[in-house]
Amino acid sequence: MPVKLHVEDLAARRGEDLIFHDISFVLRAGEALVVTGANGSGKSTLLRALSGLLPPETGRVRIEGAGSPNLAESSHYLGHRNAMKRELTVGENLVFWQDFMGDSPDGNGLPVDVAIEALGLSGIGHLPFGYLSAGQQRRMAMARLLVAYRPVWLLDEPTAALDASADRMFAGLVRIHLEKGGIVVAATHQPLGIDGVRELRMTGFAGVGDVI
Amino acid sequence: MSEQSLAIRKFSDLANPTRFIGLAERLLPWFSGLTALLFAVGLYLCFTTEGDYQQGETVRIMYVHVPAAWLSMMCYTVMALSALGTLVWRHPLADVSARAAAPIGACFTFLALVTGSLWGKPMWGAWWVWDARLTSVFVLFLMYLGLIALNRAMDDPGKAAKVSAILILVGFVNIPIIKFSVEWWNTLHQPASVLRLDGPAIDPEFLRPLLVMALAFTMLFLPCTSRPCATKSGAGG
Amino acid sequence: MIALFLRDLKLSVRAGGGALIGVLFFMTVVAVIPFGVGPDLNLLSRIGPAILWIGALLACLLGLDRLFQAEREDGSLDVMLMQETPLVLTVLVKCLAHWTASGLPLVIASPLLGLFMNMNEVAIGATMLTLLVGTPAITFIGAVGAAVAVALPRGGLLVSILVLPLAIPVLIFGVSAAYAAVEDPAPFLPPFLILIAITLFFAVIGPLAAAAALRSSSD
Repeated sequence: MPVKLHVEDLAARRGEDLIFHDISFVLRAGEALVVTGANGSGKSTLLRALSGLLPPETGRVRIEGAGSPNLAESSHYLGHRNAMKRELTVGENLVFWQDFMGDSPDGNGLPVDVAIEALGLSGIGHLPFGYLSAGQQRRMAMARLLVAYRPVWLLDEPTAALDASADRMFAGLVRIHLEKGGIVVAATHQPLGIDGVRELRMTGFAGVGDVI
Repeated sequence: MSEQSLAIRKFSDLANPTRFIGLAERLLPWFSGLTALLFAVGLYLCFTTEGDYQQGETVRIMYVHVPAAWLSMMCYTVMALSALGTLVWRHPLADVSARAAAPIGACFTFLALVTGSLWGKPMWGAWWVWDARLTSVFVLFLMYLGLIALNRAMDDPGKAAKVSAILILVGFVNIPIIKFSVEWWNTLHQPASVLRLDGPAIDPEFLRPLLVMALAFTMLFLPCTSRPCATKSGAGG
Repeated sequence: MIALFLRDLKLSVRAGGGALIGVLFFMTVVAVIPFGVGPDLNLLSRIGPAILWIGALLACLLGLDRLFQAEREDGSLDVMLMQETPLVLTVLVKCLAHWTASGLPLVIASPLLGLFMNMNEVAIGATMLTLLVGTPAITFIGAVGAAVAVALPRGGLLVSILVLPLAIPVLIFGVSAAYAAVEDPAPFLPPFLILIAITLFFAVIGPLAAAAALRSSSD
């Protein structure tokens, strides 16, 4: 059964301020949503509300057809921080996340060395994560999305520190994920380089977001 | 049956912040007046009853010391109940009441410790003895201070309330253990025959002012907590 | 879960020798005591178990504040919060790893320090045993403090202030069991069993409360 993501009347609050409200959309398998908007318009807040890390003020998020009815458990969240330990090698980091996150009922992740190669970083898997440049670190953080399979990817500024070629490589990964029946929600300033994505423009401070 | 459900509805009406503020504003002057009256009567009784033939005039410290010690424990219980309210019912009034009760509890505990120490000097010949009861009250004081420090260190009030509620509850389940362990520790090291606080059975002569003072202290607690509750929940929404 | 345990162990060994620092601190605290109370061997052997326990208690608190803060800072905590694995279990495993990396070395180092304090074999054995049983409780209590202060930039000192009053029972029963083994009239078993009970109690309460605190401070 293909996955389907429902978001209904979502609103979230940071401290006293209502950041956004009445956000609703439905994403089917193979669809991507790009969340755009100025700094502080609530893109990150929306992604954190979707991932369940920020309890939403109102509304609800549910997923159909995935192994778990809970979106948090069926999704990958790639935030501003890479969730990697500087002291461990790249390989150790990825092996840990693979073991810890495990396989979801929806599919299996790639072996660690295949994932490293898919990001074009083969040959540096033995280096401590802290030795890598910012762009390499970001690419390694993306390898986490590959080593354990989750049908939904929630990406917050995924390509911020990347050069043009890495950008294209990442677009390729997203395309493959979509072709396999996944769903991607990405907050970004740059276009993802994928055709046929929908866009949600955030206007910030309880402004209305509209799905185009 | 219907009376009971009516009572429950009345009570939950009270939990509505705006109603609570209205009620608190109307009742506060009365409570304050009643507290002042009780204190006047209590203090009068304290100073007119006879001194103990053994302890002399110092026995009057008891009229402040014992109610303060009671209140120090009652405050923590109120905070634990509020913590439950924060975590289970997510009620905004519970957040503020826990936060408002912490400094008051710390004050009462401090008062109990200071008066206990003042009383201990003539009675035991030392400002401080590691008596089981004193020690556990001292630990309670440290816990109050830790909670206040935590509350001050966090900038988001909602988060601070939740997190301190968890700590309050962990502290609450620990209080019996601490109390028991301190008593065990104390009896292991020194027999508690000399340093018994309760001493001989209390004469009704002493009991009367003691009870009035206890009531006065309890009444003092109400305006002290409900005023910050009313203003903070009014401002915070 | 084994993966998490091994990762935390690896991290504590690599990140500036966490375990070693704890043992060093423990040794320093114990070594400073004779300078304070004087070199009287009889006195030192009498207060030895207590000194070892206080030293271990303080050393256990070192690094506790980083237990969840480091995970939060690099974003790992977000990923852990989202998993199907119950958060309580994750916290429990992290506590066990932290104890293995920083509590166990203290237990192993304690006989050596016992010799410094002129304690006899029975006292050393008893102190080591009580430390082995009691220090996990300090880690579990500490996890609550660490989780509560996870969002605070300078939570380290606050964690100690919050945790120490709650750790008093552990200290009391640890020390009294150690003394009971040496001094004849007092039985060893009751305080020792209570110490075990306290550790088991906090093994449940600690991770539960810490997980709740971590959930409510995520945003």
